Amino acid sequence: MSEMIMREAIKKALEESLENDPNVLIMGEDIGEYGGAYAVTDGLLKKFGSNRIKDTPISEATFIGAGIGAAAAGLRPVVELMSISFSLVGFDQIVNMAGNLRYMSGGQISVPMVIRAPTGAGVQLGATHSQSFETWLAEVPGIYCVCPSNPKDALGLLRTSIKNNNPVIFAEPALLYGSKGEVPEDYYEIPLGSANIVKEGNDITIMSYGAGMSIIEEVNQKLEESNISAEILDLRSLNPIDYKTIEESIKKTNKLVAIDTSRKNGGIMAELVSTIQEKFLDWLDGPIIRIGAEDVPWPYNKDLENAAYPSSNKVIEKIYKQLLN
Amino acid sequence: MISEITMPSMGADMTEGTIVKWLKNEGDKVSKGDKLAEIETDKTVVEMESYNEGILKKILVKEGTKIGVGKTIAYIGDPNDTVPENGLSEEKQSDNEEEPEKLLLESTTENLSEEVVSVKNPQKITDIKEDPDNYRIKASPMAKKLANEKSIHLEDIIGTGPGGRITKDDVNNYVPGPRLVSSSSIGVKKTTILESSDIPLNSMRQAIAKVTVRSKTEKPHFQVTVEIDMTEAMKTRKDINEISEKDKIKISVNDLVLKATINSLIKYPKWNSFFDGEKLTGHSSINLGIAIALDQGLIVPAILDSQNLDLFALSIASKSLGKRARGDGENLTNDELTGATFSTSNLGMFGTHSFTAIIVPPQSGIIALGTVKKEPKVINDQILVREIMYATLSADHRVGDGAEGAIFMNEFKQNLEKPTRLLL
Amino acid sequence: MATLKEEKNKKNIKNQKSSLEKTEMLDLYRQMFLIRQFELACAENYTKGNVRGFLHLYIGQEATAVGSISCLNNKDYIVTHYRDHGHALARGLDVNRTMAELFGKKTGLSKGKGGSMHLFDSARKFMGGHAIVGAQFPLAAGLALACQYKETGGIVVCFFGDGSTNQGTYHETLNLASIWKLPILFILENNKYGMGSSIDKVRAGGEDFYTGVSTYDIPASQVNGMDVLAVKEATKLAVDKIRKEGGPSYLECKTFRFVGHSLADGQKYRKSEEVKFWERQDPIEKFPKWLISAGIINQKELDEINQKVKEEIQNSVDFATSSENPEKSELNEDIYEMQD
Repeated sequence: MSEMIMREAIKKALEESLENDPNVLIMGEDIGEYGGAYAVTDGLLKKFGSNRIKDTPISEATFIGAGIGAAAAGLRPVVELMSISFSLVGFDQIVNMAGNLRYMSGGQISVPMVIRAPTGAGVQLGATHSQSFETWLAEVPGIYCVCPSNPKDALGLLRTSIKNNNPVIFAEPALLYGSKGEVPEDYYEIPLGSANIVKEGNDITIMSYGAGMSIIEEVNQKLEESNISAEILDLRSLNPIDYKTIEESIKKTNKLVAIDTSRKNGGIMAELVSTIQEKFLDWLDGPIIRIGAEDVPWPYNKDLENAAYPSSNKVIEKIYKQLLN
Repeated sequence: MISEITMPSMGADMTEGTIVKWLKNEGDKVSKGDKLAEIETDKTVVEMESYNEGILKKILVKEGTKIGVGKTIAYIGDPNDTVPENGLSEEKQSDNEEEPEKLLLESTTENLSEEVVSVKNPQKITDIKEDPDNYRIKASPMAKKLANEKSIHLEDIIGTGPGGRITKDDVNNYVPGPRLVSSSSIGVKKTTILESSDIPLNSMRQAIAKVTVRSKTEKPHFQVTVEIDMTEAMKTRKDINEISEKDKIKISVNDLVLKATINSLIKYPKWNSFFDGEKLTGHSSINLGIAIALDQGLIVPAILDSQNLDLFALSIASKSLGKRARGDGENLTNDELTGATFSTSNLGMFGTHSFTAIIVPPQSGIIALGTVKKEPKVINDQILVREIMYATLSADHRVGDGAEGAIFMNEFKQNLEKPTRLLL
Repeated sequence: MATLKEEKNKKNIKNQKSSLEKTEMLDLYRQMFLIRQFELACAENYTKGNVRGFLHLYIGQEATAVGSISCLNNKDYIVTHYRDHGHALARGLDVNRTMAELFGKKTGLSKGKGGSMHLFDSARKFMGGHAIVGAQFPLAAGLALACQYKETGGIVVCFFGDGSTNQGTYHETLNLASIWKLPILFILENNKYGMGSSIDKVRAGGEDFYTGVSTYDIPASQVNGMDVLAVKEATKLAVDKIRKEGGPSYLECKTFRFVGHSLADGQKYRKSEEVKFWERQDPIEKFPKWLISAGIINQKELDEINQKVKEEIQNSVDFATSSENPEKSELNEDIYEMQD
């Protein structure tokens, strides 16, 4: 095991893929000389050259679409967006092209590409740069959608994503680029669609993904002080969703708390909670608690941003009020 | 070759179109691609091209007429071709007057499956599914499932979850017997505030209020209670059910009670008559009323001519009456709803020991039945475990006196204690 | 006013007419006639309810697709817009399977999952009709990037209509193609109307488009899109240049659709005189007349071709009609490519 920060883990996966597969190339705004807005691709231009590390104009729709076209013709492009909020500019390409090409061609066309994008609030970027549209993109059939919460998962999931023959949205929590974690030395991959039980417990299951996992850590500490044993579940993949792991956990604890760091209204947890109560109602010993960000545009001011963010205190309060008493 | 020209479909959402103008006349030569007519859809007016060649032999639909997509509007053919006879008769059919009827017929068939679905009354379906036992008891789905598996009634459990919700732990920790305060709340003074909002009365509750007040003010009620040893009856019931298993008929305790009531009424028909102010009006049939608790309120429909039914027929009739009262099957008839001549009310399924019922006017009596429960009894100086049921007659004193009521109830008791009588 | 480039084109076309083999000429005609007959059959079957959804016919524009696509080889990709039947047939997509796709049948190109606006045949590098206006531009850039990256020698032809030039992706892709020197031939089919909106209502910069492309440092020219030989020659010049020198080129074909935008179009937005003016230039009429007058073919040969094409189209309708609908299980197929 070695300690690594998240951006290094992502870079490691990119570097390996570039070395191992000549069809892999990276495209995005200022990923070359500049090194990327979050410095993930720093140094790759020097190592692999401008043919494979391609700086693009600020034309998200077009360079996302170009990635799709290149993938349809047999390359494995990794497209970097500076923010998942910018996916809106290329939404037609992602949804109608990447998502639908295979289906409407009757299976003739594959789109093996990855769209990497920083996601989420918490770094005071205001309304346009703080959103979490992986929750929207997770709805699109034909596209996979993953979001790691730690360096180990980031490395394992990105390896798998680049090898996958379908479009993958790889959302990277902006808050976590500098977070540290243990990463195995030996090569490993993490399959798409596999949730992770971070910690086993008996009394209550708490699930989230990405930056939400940091909130759960704080919640867990407080629950442990009250001798409540929480099982912690990291979804890791928003499409497909690992209902098997969720099922096992719910059957064990009979209580579920679901946390979104994106807006609660229409967040991915809304979908999950709805499906979970359909499938596992008789295993629930209380309402499923759902906590998300406030349904407001993200504010710039730190105090206001904190107020919109789902804090561990809010989670604890809701757990006691509605579930544990 | 003669070809039918039909109203074209100019869009998936187009179901009919109007011939605005014919651009060719009958007898005109038509080539492929020639504009035949202007067609108005609900979106726009388009020119209809011909995909056929020949002479426009016959125009079937006049200008200004609206007609369904796919319907024949004209014929194109060679000079020698004759327009089919049925085509000409179709001309009449496609006249404005006839068309709606035809369309209506088609749409009826198409929507048949939908209509079948809509016939079902969702109100009634929920009525059946709602378990009155659990009504207004807050319990988690998991707790409900567990309680069901353990055959524990939810009302016996104290919920300790938020808002008094019964949780999985509450069910697991449940100890049968008098309600114990759960250990966590011993010594804690609980302040419980009951929900106290006003509840408006539905029409059924209003009717029940009127009828019971009328009965209790007009009718001088007296009660006679008998203790009935049901041990033999229960054994007989078991035997019958084992033998009749293949017929899928299961005799219930209540079926035995109904049969005993009918037998007693046959012997003492006075209780099957009404006091009408001057005399007792007798009845040639026993229409045996059964009290049924619906969510909306109580009804007491009758099994008509029950004196003619043997135990099995009675059992079938009773079950059917219950089902139909809950909306499963044909509606109850007016005779069934209002024609009872004597009634029974059974609260045994709720564990009731005994109770008294109010007579349904203008009837003269009602038997109220408690649960069948094992009790120690002294028989021939020995203490034996027997299955006991208490039955209480409420009777109209204007029809008969206490002694007569006692005799009637003794007959009822004998029927059940010597159950072979029920099979005759 | 004719530009120098146009003059040059015209000159070349004249020479070209005599240099083409008879079989090539006949094939150009046969393909145009095939497309016309296919479209008529589509329209007929739309009115019968066999073809559904939106149906956009290529009638009038046949010379553009046939002339240009005849210059491509099997390494080259094609992407196009939703009025895509003509390009599909010119590329040699199976007529039966194309018709079956319109009928929504399991024997269709996409097993009935795509429909009229979404025709695909990846084996012929026909990468789709695209129904979001202008969405095909970025895709073309990506396909061209792959050709360039893998050094396949292939190029991409991207067809688009005048309406799509007001989308951001048009300008973005011209820019990207230019700075990355992507091997793309942009072919504008300027039929003067984006649905019901004429160019003069929605475009700043006049009725010619190719003049504006110099902004992106892309060579551009204009050709009479109703003249199949002119289109062929202009395309050949552009394609040869791309193959030799790399980088994109741009060809504007002036053309016209004789029919409405889709079948439910009353064409209130244009005068019948205008339609008639363009119908007089119908390549299906003019080209065979010229072939006969130039002594290249006789009427009998022409009739034989026409008869064969009509049979081919009738066969495709029969094929589509008799084909089965896709199985219910197809609903969940082809969403993801499954891997071990």
